[in-house]
Amino acid sequence: MAAHIPLAPVESSTEARIRTLASDLKQQPGALLPILHAVQDTFGYVPECTAAVLATELALSRAEVHGVISFYHHFRTRPAGAHVLHICRAEACQSMGSAALERDIKQLLNIDYHQTTADGSVTLEPVYCLGNCACSPNIRLDDAIHGRMTLARTERLLQQLKEGQA
Amino acid sequence: MTRLYLSCDSCALSVGADELAQALTAQLGEQIDLQRTSTRGMFWLEPLLEVETPQGRVGYGPLTTEDLPSLLAADLLNGGDHPLCIGLVEQHPYLARQQRLTFASLGHNRPLVMEDYAAQGGWSGLQRALTLSAQQIVDEVKESGLRGRGGAAFPTGIKWQTVLDAQAPYHRGFDEAVKFIVCNADEGDSGTFSDRLVMEDNPFQLIEGMLIAALATGATRGYIYLRAEYPHAHRVLQQAITLAEQQGYLGEAILGSHHRFHLQVRLAAGAYICGEETALLESLEGKRGMVRAKPPLPALEGLFGQPTVVNNVISLASVPLILNKGGAYYRDFGQGRSRGTMPLQLAGNIRQGGLVEVAFGVTLREILYDFGGGSASGRPIKAVQIGGPLGAYIPPAHFDTPLDYEALAAIGGMVGHGGIVVFDDQADLGQMAAFAMEFCALESCGKCTPCRIGSTRAQEVLARIRQGEDAEDNLALLTDLCDTMEQASLCALGGMAPYPVKSIVKYFGEELHSVSQTPSAGGQH
Ligand SMILES: Cc1cc2nc3c(=O)[nH]c(=O)nc-3n(C[C@H](O)[C@H](O)[C@H](O)COP(=O)(O)O)c2cc1C
Ligand code: SF4
Ligand code: FES
Repeated sequence: MAAHIPLAPVESSTEARIRTLASDLKQQPGALLPILHAVQDTFGYVPECTAAVLATELALSRAEVHGVISFYHHFRTRPAGAHVLHICRAEACQSMGSAALERDIKQLLNIDYHQTTADGSVTLEPVYCLGNCACSPNIRLDDAIHGRMTLARTERLLQQLKEGQA
Repeated sequence: MTRLYLSCDSCALSVGADELAQALTAQLGEQIDLQRTSTRGMFWLEPLLEVETPQGRVGYGPLTTEDLPSLLAADLLNGGDHPLCIGLVEQHPYLARQQRLTFASLGHNRPLVMEDYAAQGGWSGLQRALTLSAQQIVDEVKESGLRGRGGAAFPTGIKWQTVLDAQAPYHRGFDEAVKFIVCNADEGDSGTFSDRLVMEDNPFQLIEGMLIAALATGATRGYIYLRAEYPHAHRVLQQAITLAEQQGYLGEAILGSHHRFHLQVRLAAGAYICGEETALLESLEGKRGMVRAKPPLPALEGLFGQPTVVNNVISLASVPLILNKGGAYYRDFGQGRSRGTMPLQLAGNIRQGGLVEVAFGVTLREILYDFGGGSASGRPIKAVQIGGPLGAYIPPAHFDTPLDYEALAAIGGMVGHGGIVVFDDQADLGQMAAFAMEFCALESCGKCTPCRIGSTRAQEVLARIRQGEDAEDNLALLTDLCDTMEQASLCALGGMAPYPVKSIVKYFGEELHSVSQTPSAGGQH
């Protein structure tokens, strides 16, 4: 689950890679979620052809697989930017001013939730609690959580990303 | 060489513990032995650096790398005085006043070092369980009075008895008559982090608890259903399971016995409803997280239709001590029908946020002021939400309520998973009421209409009330909607989402109309 490197969309090889990911995991009962995680970790998102490929591999209907992908907030069906920034919107973070931080970060990046900055560097997502509620407000940048956040600290983190240090 | 301790918990990391560790090593190199331990759970002090001295460990925090020069000048390595020094850590009132049973090891172990776990008494519960019959283990847990710490507070021993007594049918996929232990590690409630602390800071304790549950019920397979929002816990658990397998705690012939138990972590995918046990099971089966109607109970027909224990992380992590010291030892903490200790989690606008494990019966006021030290902002506390996003907002008039299951229920509240989120007088509770319904709408599994539709309607009605439109009629409509959701929803998401809203209407009614006012308008309370 490291930073997602967008890959060239070569459809046939995408399908082949999804099939390989599935074949490693599909023996275990209830394999669909682990496989979808593997797909998203590999591509940075769940490519459109996934439902069709997995339907065949797991002997499910395409609608069933599609239904699962769309049920869970974690799975995204469009490519993400190079980095994903989650802002916590849950109660403890709200009690420490996350609403203002949220507004400021959106303004800074000039995007709303579920969007990616024009340069493709950052995708913004909401999240409901990161389990760091004693150090609110919190954000998550890729796999690292950052507590006691301010706009200035967020700017510094994003700057470090640009310079390739984060 | 001086021994230093610094936490590697994700909370410490989130506020710069790794940077501090790097700077310490760079500057002090050979002079120090820096151990990365579990956190003390005093999160306002993180990163908290502890120095071993002849008198005990002296603590400094919260630190940044910029504090290093002045710390070194103040003779840090001998526990010298400094404005950020908190003295002997063990004597800090926040810790000294707690009754840490489940979290006794916090601060004393390196999470992935098995020797540290054993040195803290780890595996003794399992070893004793291996000498008992399944029924004797279940009896010990019944005797402890332990009730599920995930929210519903169902007696753990009784749940285990049902699974022990259940006859498992043969399952083709597993090629055996399998029973399961499923650990609910979805920890979706805002304001809670005690599950995360177990998993990141003492993962073997959870593994030991699950092993004991397996011995008690005849289960041979286990899953930890972990929320995707906890990447650090995920890594730690994976490593801990591998280590436990290598040392013969997991797999075939546990510690040379005839018992076997296979354990896997399964990552959730960001759906609050999958913390509800039947939705969780659907999700583990690879489906949408739709709530199942009960009966059948998961204990009888759970995962893949097999008898299944579903327990919260804290419930399972409480079991090693209960087996080690006996059910009566645990039961002697607490009061009434709330036995043992509760790991409370102080969060939000609180000066001293962190983990407070105490026996049931402490009042909310003691928690907020004696432990918490009041609000972080220094302003008056206006309300606390206990028990997650479905919990009521409680006003200061009720702060003398003791924290136990029954006493909180009597004022319309709940212990839930023990999260306490604090709001000061600048909080806009009208906004929090709207948020409760927004969250319900966002996370509804969609199975029943009152929850799916009702939550969206309630948001609209709340918006109208906040705009001052026909306030009285709309308030009546809101009450109606809340009643319908409460009475006609299949599970507690729809059934309890009205609680925060109703508590705000009841105790903070005037704030519902405050949309056009400045945020500080709540300051009259
Ligand atoms: C909407 C909803 C969300 C829940 N979320 C969790 C959760 O995140 N973690 C948890 O342990 N229990 C959660 N529960 C409670 C579980 O359904 C179940 O009672 C619990 O896992 C049983 O374990 P215990 O007896 O050890 O507490 C939730 C319940 C509901 C209705
Ligand atoms: S109350 Fe809501 S979450 Fe619960 S079963 Fe009904 S629709 Fe699903
Ligand atoms: S509420 Fe934001 S981290 Fe928990």
